[in-house]
Amino acid sequence: MSDAIVVTNLRKTFGGRRNILGSASHSVHAVKGVSFALRQGETLAIVGESGSGKSTIARMLVGLETPSSGTMEIDGQDAATLRARGSKAFGRTIQYVFQDPVASLNPRKTIDKILDVPLRLLRNYDGSTRAARKRELLDAVKMPKDTLERYPHEFSGGQAQRIAIARALAAEAKIMVLDEPVSALDVSVQAQVLLLLDELKSRFGLSYLFISHDLAVVESVSDRVAVMYLGEMVELDTAANLFAAPRHDYTRELIASAPRLNAASLQDP
Amino acid sequence: MTQALATTPQTVSTARLSSWSLLLNNRLAAAGLLVLAVIGLIALLAPWLPIPNPNATLPANRLQPVLSEGHLLGTDHLGRDILARLIWGTRVSIAVGLSATAIAALIGSVIGLVSGYARGVTDNILMRGIDMLMAFPYILLALAIVAVLGPGLLNALYAIAIVNIPFFARNVRGVTVGLASREFVDAARLSGKSHAAILFTEVLPNVLPVIVITMSTTVGWMILETAGLSFLGLGAQPPQSDLGSMLGEGRRLLFNAPHVSIIPGLMIFALVMSINLLGDGVRDVLDPRLRAGDLTRPQAVTRFDRRTQPPQPSGARDILEVESLETSFQRGRATVPAVRNISFTLGKGECFGLIGESGSGKSVTALSLLGLVASPPGIITGGTVRIEGEDVFSRSETGIRALRGAKVAYVFQDPLTTLHPLYRVGEQIAEAILAHKRIGKTEARARAIALMEKVGIRDANERVDAFPHEMSGGQRQRIGIAMALANDPDIIIADEPTTALDVTVQAKILDLLQDLRRERGLALLLITHDFGVVAQMCDRVAVMKDGEIVECGRTADVLRAPRHEYTRKLIACVPELGQGKAFLESVRPLFAEVKP
Amino acid sequence: MGGYIVKRLIYAVPVIVGLSVIVFGIMALIPGDPAQAILGAYATPENVARINRDLGLDRPLHEQYFIWAGNLLQGDFGRSFILNRPVLDEILERFSATIVLAGAALVLCSVLGILAGVVSAVRQFGWTDRVVTLFVLIGISTPAFWLGLLFILIFAVHWRVLPASGMYAVYGGGDLPDLLRHLILPAVTLAIVATGVIARLTRAAMLEVLRQDFVRTARAKGLPERAVIYRHAFKAALVSIIPVIGVQAGFVMGGAVYIETVFQWPGIGAMLVNAISTRDILLVQGGVLVIAVTYVLINLLADVVQAVLDPRLKS
Repeated sequence: MSDAIVVTNLRKTFGGRRNILGSASHSVHAVKGVSFALRQGETLAIVGESGSGKSTIARMLVGLETPSSGTMEIDGQDAATLRARGSKAFGRTIQYVFQDPVASLNPRKTIDKILDVPLRLLRNYDGSTRAARKRELLDAVKMPKDTLERYPHEFSGGQAQRIAIARALAAEAKIMVLDEPVSALDVSVQAQVLLLLDELKSRFGLSYLFISHDLAVVESVSDRVAVMYLGEMVELDTAANLFAAPRHDYTRELIASAPRLNAASLQDP
Repeated sequence: MTQALATTPQTVSTARLSSWSLLLNNRLAAAGLLVLAVIGLIALLAPWLPIPNPNATLPANRLQPVLSEGHLLGTDHLGRDILARLIWGTRVSIAVGLSATAIAALIGSVIGLVSGYARGVTDNILMRGIDMLMAFPYILLALAIVAVLGPGLLNALYAIAIVNIPFFARNVRGVTVGLASREFVDAARLSGKSHAAILFTEVLPNVLPVIVITMSTTVGWMILETAGLSFLGLGAQPPQSDLGSMLGEGRRLLFNAPHVSIIPGLMIFALVMSINLLGDGVRDVLDPRLRAGDLTRPQAVTRFDRRTQPPQPSGARDILEVESLETSFQRGRATVPAVRNISFTLGKGECFGLIGESGSGKSVTALSLLGLVASPPGIITGGTVRIEGEDVFSRSETGIRALRGAKVAYVFQDPLTTLHPLYRVGEQIAEAILAHKRIGKTEARARAIALMEKVGIRDANERVDAFPHEMSGGQRQRIGIAMALANDPDIIIADEPTTALDVTVQAKILDLLQDLRRERGLALLLITHDFGVVAQMCDRVAVMKDGEIVECGRTADVLRAPRHEYTRKLIACVPELGQGKAFLESVRPLFAEVKP
Repeated sequence: MGGYIVKRLIYAVPVIVGLSVIVFGIMALIPGDPAQAILGAYATPENVARINRDLGLDRPLHEQYFIWAGNLLQGDFGRSFILNRPVLDEILERFSATIVLAGAALVLCSVLGILAGVVSAVRQFGWTDRVVTLFVLIGISTPAFWLGLLFILIFAVHWRVLPASGMYAVYGGGDLPDLLRHLILPAVTLAIVATGVIARLTRAAMLEVLRQDFVRTARAKGLPERAVIYRHAFKAALVSIIPVIGVQAGFVMGGAVYIETVFQWPGIGAMLVNAISTRDILLVQGGVLVIAVTYVLINLLADVVQAVLDPRLKS
């Protein structure tokens, strides 16, 4: 079976265009030649701090940004070809879950309308099928049925993230890019969403690209982990290897910096 | 999990109803609406009202004064009835004002929407065009357009509409740019919507309030300005007349028959004033920030209205004691407590952690200690805070100010927003010193540099003149700490000091705080949501939930053997490095009972 | 700083070029024979021929523009056939009168508007705030040309304390006190609307800033309330008030059209109104261009002042 995502020598540079006066604007090399593959059914985590380029990779993979150079193959299809076929082709193959769940739901639309769009535009279901699918989706993310007629502001962050996940599932894509899906959530809610993601993955046979800055969260969900630093992928290994024996200095610093619960017991005389 | 669903469902119709009642509750807006309705009704009914023909001239009867027989408002220089002309003129003015608004709103909004959503070249071309229109002084462009098209009411209408297009385009573009970068737009794109569909079904509904606000605030202008053009003889041409041209004709008779010009002017004033009152009301209702009362001026010190006040204990105590503190927020007429029954103590040299999830009230608690909760809406409704045994809230405003930054200093969360963007960092540190010590400016600057070195900023001599935006997040937070250290405080209250920072930077900042505490014997009150930070930093910790402390004890004890159910669950939910996938298995039973 | 000013100046060039294109377009858009329109009813055949030759009206439009713009750069704005004198002479004579009037109004509205707005925000919901708010509402709802008439009736006709019209007394005037006496009514009338707008925006900006985190930081440092409001909040608010004053300069110069007509002030505004009714197109063109360029320069100044206040704008 082919890999879910294959990324080869991906680059993204922002800015750098010349203005009318001939001076080049300041350019930012957000992603500097990154290659990796997401295998079918695995969770690959990308960790890094702000400005490391991890979110830029995610946005390029779902077609929200265009790479400056390099190739991306998604579910065996070239991303450039997908892009040429329009945003719908992207949406059917790969979906995206955003960091801020509340901002990812239009405040002026009911959940029903929000969930309806991918079912109608990406799956072309008729009205009754859509209604049935919406119920199934809410069931899958453990939200009550009366969710549909409500507006986003009536939900807490955790609930909104469940709804956003349901919307991503609606497209029936097998590959999901999760961009810091639990960073905006409180710890107790975060654990529930992580459990939900885990469950959905095995139930629907999904592959996850999990973007996060939180090492402990990453370790708990991922099969393999990639570490990004200033636009470069400095290390990529299985989770077990990477956390047990980090090879790159930056990875070591990252792991050493993470605050730990057992610090208190260490301090204790 | 489902607790947020317990709130009463708000349907669209009730939301609209409440907007209406909000509008009518605003007395000025209601008065504006009433006046406008009366004027509008009379203007609308003009053909059926028992008034003379406004254009019937009778030179013999010219310049009759107000309240003369048969002519309530008198007659003009051609003997025409002023009341009739006023009503018909109002009709024309309103029609022109509304049409101009509609044209400007339509064209301007489309330009703004497209420009703000498309960005790039389209945006550049459209906005440079708009800039060009705005580069002309407002009325001058209208004059130039009338000069081209020739005088006439319709031409004046076009001119005023064109001149107002930039306002709509700019306002709408501004909001659209913000919306277009929001996640829900990206999400709609990934759901398969085309750009046009996103623009008109996702973005437009969110922009609509802005368009309505802009319309309601510019329609008055447009009526004024068309009247102005008519006044100059460039708008309505005889025999057609609007309020402006009546005023223009009356102007020549200013000295012998002032009423001919004063009356139409009053009418314009009444019309525009009522529209503006209503427009302000509409804006207040539709602008979510105004609605939430976010634009009220906070007082220097939180308001105190303590119903309970624990007695002053005797004997030597801890440096900071909080007893039964209650801080509430005003919501309409109700006063809702945000934190209740908060009691804890902080010893000299100790680090005490307040931990809780969002909305647990930990920041409100921290800000309450020196009366820094924004008020309105905050009120301290009970309890006491004692610093070295003395009740803080019994002090005067000046007394509390003397504590702030001197004995007790704060470090806040996001150093980008908490430092003043327009002052150099050195000035801001020096200011903190000068607020409490009488020293010269040069000495304060020297001390600021010393403090910056102390908190680990390299090249402090040069960086002292940097602005906050020229520094990295970690450096800015070091400045925040240097500012807190300025007057050698005994207590530092750090409210989520590392939440906005990356983990490697966080580690350095926490080390700095820890070192300073040991070295200076500082008492540190650390507010955080992160158990890892608590574990690393705090001697003792209190866990907050829904505005109350549910558990308090030595950090090691609380983490190892939490007594409260909530603490236990919370700690279990924190993934730990080294746990790996076992973490999910360990939390699964905790949420097993949650079923829809 | 110098670099920034140069950069802003360079950016102003395309704007001014754009303005000139629009103003040129005015002439080009006029239906019928432009020469006839320029000369009006009193056109003689030799004058029509001269206009056609002067302006190159027989050539393509873009060539006409370059000829016209080239003439402008050499100070040749054409000749007003109604007034029978060069357009530039007429404009220069009237420009100073408009600058005196608009400048006085701009200073007045900036000072009063900022003062009223700050006081109103600081004493929010108090009676000062209510009075200011009411005054602001009345100010922005009153037709300035009508208010001018009322002022004439009250101060010139009824009380006879101030002159009703003109810039100097016909007999024995001409000195500064005389100018000031004549300036008061038109300047105040012109300033009232802009004062309202500035006061309202200042109040909103102050309230906005007073909610910011850095104001809380200032309080947490133990600064006296006066320093919190004037040193921290006001400075930050000023950054958003300055561009508003720049825009108001446009309103004031535009409003001068009415006020100069009402008070017979010998400025460019009154000249424009006359020129439009007599279809003296070259005069309209020149007048509009000069005022618009002045406005662009004022906004440039506002940008520079803003950048001095806010170092973030320079980078």
